[in-house]
Amino acid sequence: MKVTFTVNGRPTEADDVWEGESLLYVLRERVGLPGSKNACEQGECGSCTVYLDGDPVCSCLVAAGQVQDREVGTVEGLAQGDTLDPVQQAFVDAGAVQCGFCTPGLLVQTHDLLNRAHHPSDAEIREALSGNLCRCTGYEKIMDAVRLAAARKADARDAAPTGLEG
Amino acid sequence: MEFLRPATWEEALAVKAQHPSAVPIAGGTDVMVDLNFDRHRPDALLDLNRIHELHTWQIADDDTVRLGASVPYSKIIDALPDRLPGLALGARTVGSPQIRNRGSVGGNLGGASPAGDAHPPLLASGATVEAASVRGTRLIPIDDFYLGVKRNALEPDELIRAIHIPSATGPQQFAKVGTRNAMVIAVCSFAVALHPRARDVRTGIGSAAPTPRRASEAEAFIRAELDDTGLWTSAGELPLSTAKRFGELVARAAAPIDDVRGSAAYRRHALAVMARRTLLWTWNDHRATGRAAA
Ligand SMILES: Cc1cc2nc3c(=O)[nH]c(=O)nc-3n(C[C@H](O)[C@H](O)[C@H](O)COP(=O)(O)OP(=O)(O)OC[C@H]3O[C@@H](n4cnc5c(N)ncnc54)[C@H](O)[C@@H]3O)c2cc1C
Ligand code: FES
Ligand code: FES
Repeated sequence: MKVTFTVNGRPTEADDVWEGESLLYVLRERVGLPGSKNACEQGECGSCTVYLDGDPVCSCLVAAGQVQDREVGTVEGLAQGDTLDPVQQAFVDAGAVQCGFCTPGLLVQTHDLLNRAHHPSDAEIREALSGNLCRCTGYEKIMDAVRLAAARKADARDAAPTGLEG
Repeated sequence: MEFLRPATWEEALAVKAQHPSAVPIAGGTDVMVDLNFDRHRPDALLDLNRIHELHTWQIADDDTVRLGASVPYSKIIDALPDRLPGLALGARTVGSPQIRNRGSVGGNLGGASPAGDAHPPLLASGATVEAASVRGTRLIPIDDFYLGVKRNALEPDELIRAIHIPSATGPQQFAKVGTRNAMVIAVCSFAVALHPRARDVRTGIGSAAPTPRRASEAEAFIRAELDDTGLWTSAGELPLSTAKRFGELVARAAAPIDDVRGSAAYRRHALAVMARRTLLWTWNDHRATGRAAA
């Protein structure tokens, strides 16, 4: 079957999609967006996390046909051209990336958290990232990265003229 | 395989009548795992995502919440914690944020796993499942819904449209034992709801019998105990011995098995502890609100 949807703001069409295929497979194998990673295919690891109509979900658990006419946002859509999103920059600066397999999912999930909570507590960060597994870092540097991104975004908001939150 | 995408509820019922073996898919958090691991290859998937009304809820005149089958757990947690505190507590323990953004009570009921976290609170609140087919609508009391391990009362041509759940009139609690704080299937779980207007106490046991079930003897015991001692009226302290007895009776209502997640004996023990604690929490909440209102 054919599936037509929007990825990172761009209208996209995938052909010859098998009816039982996941959105993750379509992204990686059919539309050239391998940023979302496939590690477990059972919702346990979060490395395939993408936005679906604005909510972070495991793309391995969304059937391809379910995204017809909907909006998907992947890790590839976070940066503005060559400028990394503050969340991405913070992960680089804090050394929160080792093998990098978990990183795309953590970036999307953190991006969502910081859109909803401007000053998340450590408990809120842990809760938000509880569906994202990392086998390398031991999570401490990831916590550092999220705190750093939150602080930088807060500074940017303070510097911006009022009314331009976001 | 076919991918069927009805746009309306009426269309979905017609499609299900034509293809009774089609597997409905809502959040996909159970269905897709089976597909990804090739455990099950149905001839057709019936996508419910396009049917907007399944993602909404209404409050009836009698304060019953009519919860659309596909409303994700995250919405229940954000929007309905006051009306459905037990279900919202259960929802908070489901999987991870990503799973809660997709997984739904309709899907939990469709799968009917004894470990599903929506079941104990639904039993304790006295919910009703609205099932429909082209033949008509049935309101199935939750007590009659679970038939066996992963078996429910739906006919092959039926779909769940909504779950009717009375708004809480008293405190409710949910407790779950697992090996860690997130992303864990219940070793066992327990829900209790006080219904002060009806002077009733209802319960739900999860993951400790072939189906989710109530602890009827424990309910009868605490109902009689609260009546005989006039505690509903006096809002006095609940004796610890009463709470302990309640816990023992809850454990006795279970029929657990030994499996990888825990032994039957451990499950019974944990249930007794959870039941004792949650009863005391709800009773003390009830007393506190009574005092605040007085
Ligand atoms: C990583 C992970 C962690 C999880 N953790 C938990 C947990 O902690 N607690 C818990 O309870 N569950 C957990 N689950 C299981 C799952 O998320 C829940 O059972 C969820 O409620 C399923 O909802 P869904 O909308 O995704 O269902 P789907 O996968 O879409 O469907 C599930 C079943 O219900 C049927 N169905 C769906 N909608 C309807 C309908 N309207 N009418 C009739 N049948 C229908 C489907 O055909 C299927 O049989 C977890 C799953 C994963 C992948
Ligand atoms: S690959 Fe989707 S959660 Fe692991
Ligand atoms: S950096 Fe290797 S899994 Fe997280």
